[in-house]
Amino acid sequence: MALRTLQVSPGFMRFMPKEYQDLVEKGPFGRKLKLSDLGTYKELLEEHPMCEGCAMAFFIRLALTALPAPEHTVIVGTAGCGRLSLSQAAIPFVYGNYCDTNGVATGIKRGLALRFPDQPKDVVVIAGDGGLSDIGFSQVMHGWFRQEKFTTVMLDNEVYGNTGGQESGMTKRGEVVKMAPIGKQFEKIDMIGLAKTAGVAYIARLTPTNPSRIISTIRKAVLIAREVGPTYVQAYTSCNIEYSIPPEKVLEDARQVEKERYGFLEIISDEAKAFLAAQDAAHRE
Amino acid sequence: MNGNEYRVKPGPEGLLPPAAACCGVVLSEKGQGLVEGALKSENDTLRVMARELLTRQNPTIFPGPLVLWAWREGVADKAASVLELAHEIPGVRIIPMPDYRPIYPKIDPEAVINPCHPNLTIWHNKIEVCVFIGVHCHFANITLKMIRAGTNCYTITLCHEAGHEDSMASLPFADANQVRALTETIRQLKREGLRPRYADTPGILLTAAQEALSQGLVWQPAPVAQ
Repeated sequence: MALRTLQVSPGFMRFMPKEYQDLVEKGPFGRKLKLSDLGTYKELLEEHPMCEGCAMAFFIRLALTALPAPEHTVIVGTAGCGRLSLSQAAIPFVYGNYCDTNGVATGIKRGLALRFPDQPKDVVVIAGDGGLSDIGFSQVMHGWFRQEKFTTVMLDNEVYGNTGGQESGMTKRGEVVKMAPIGKQFEKIDMIGLAKTAGVAYIARLTPTNPSRIISTIRKAVLIAREVGPTYVQAYTSCNIEYSIPPEKVLEDARQVEKERYGFLEIISDEAKAFLAAQDAAHRE
Repeated sequence: MNGNEYRVKPGPEGLLPPAAACCGVVLSEKGQGLVEGALKSENDTLRVMARELLTRQNPTIFPGPLVLWAWREGVADKAASVLELAHEIPGVRIIPMPDYRPIYPKIDPEAVINPCHPNLTIWHNKIEVCVFIGVHCHFANITLKMIRAGTNCYTITLCHEAGHEDSMASLPFADANQVRALTETIRQLKREGLRPRYADTPGILLTAAQEALSQGLVWQPAPVAQ
């Protein structure tokens, strides 16, 4: 995608649906937008079929808002709830097989770098805990160890929510979910620790309690992946269906989980810190 | 007939019709066309397309992203040729396929055609002949099969690549010149005395959604069919 692909051919604008007219005239493409600009422009994603009160849908909306250059971004996802909305966003979405999102992202990133050597292209994997920590685990790790320059965002709802509630590697120890009646026998996989071991340049763990922090985290992750190395964001996005959280209590649950065990964590490599400092200095000038 | 009797006729053929390619229909070469599964000359193909567009109910052009978005040199000229074609078909509508995103929970069939369920747009607007142009082939193929499965729409494809076995009339390697050749063939048929079905409705018709938008009115999606 590029800004050029967002120009409607002469004479066809009046036949375009309202949504597309708005995307062209009032969309986020080629603009520097902030969180406070939400509501003043046409967002990349407005309608989706996710459940009422879904924390994941909320997080995805903010994550898409945070992309520094949506017109130069490709999202890779896989089976799971997240792709229901991601595939409907006004941004190229590649549906990887369940096991290979990060392998697919590697190929896309390298291909785009060859095809567009003068234009940075961002590749962002956004997938669930099942896709990244279980079924796609090996390719996540290989991408990290090979220092592939793209961002991996885990939508950690701590369960296979889309298929009825099986436990995942990210489910808490002892948790009983609908299709795991005796409770999980093992610890939650320490993906943060693994990312650290693999030399991931920027690692963050957060919950959807603070929109500004989500935006700043995703933006940093994408920019660092563009220039420095792999980045990883792990976001707690509860499944209110499988964990029986009433929609109006979803954010309350997120706050509680943040306080009790998830917290906000940021690990930045020295190289990434230097890069961010240079970015800030350039921005101030 | 490519050595077999399978003909790619307007449906509804029922759920999961066979791919025409599996029934022995082969794609045409440059300078040829495909009409209902049979190889024809380009000229004959254009005449069939022109006749169907002028005589069937609710002719509609479905421009795809390769035409709608001015993404590279030459697209604007091809888009202009599509508008010229539209102006020669009385009562034609233009309903775009701007991209291939799934649109859930539902589409507005007066505003858009979506490759995931093109039949909804065709049913709602009672379209019996349509032209696909500027749609990437892999999405055109699935769309054409769905239309043939569930509707009685005569599908015409002006394909930039090798053409489509599953459309009723297909012209391969179609650039702006081929689109203009179709426009000229339509003019020729009119000169020969063919009276278009909508001869009293000149110009391009807007759907209700497009009309509302053009007047700056608040746009309401079409009601859900009961």
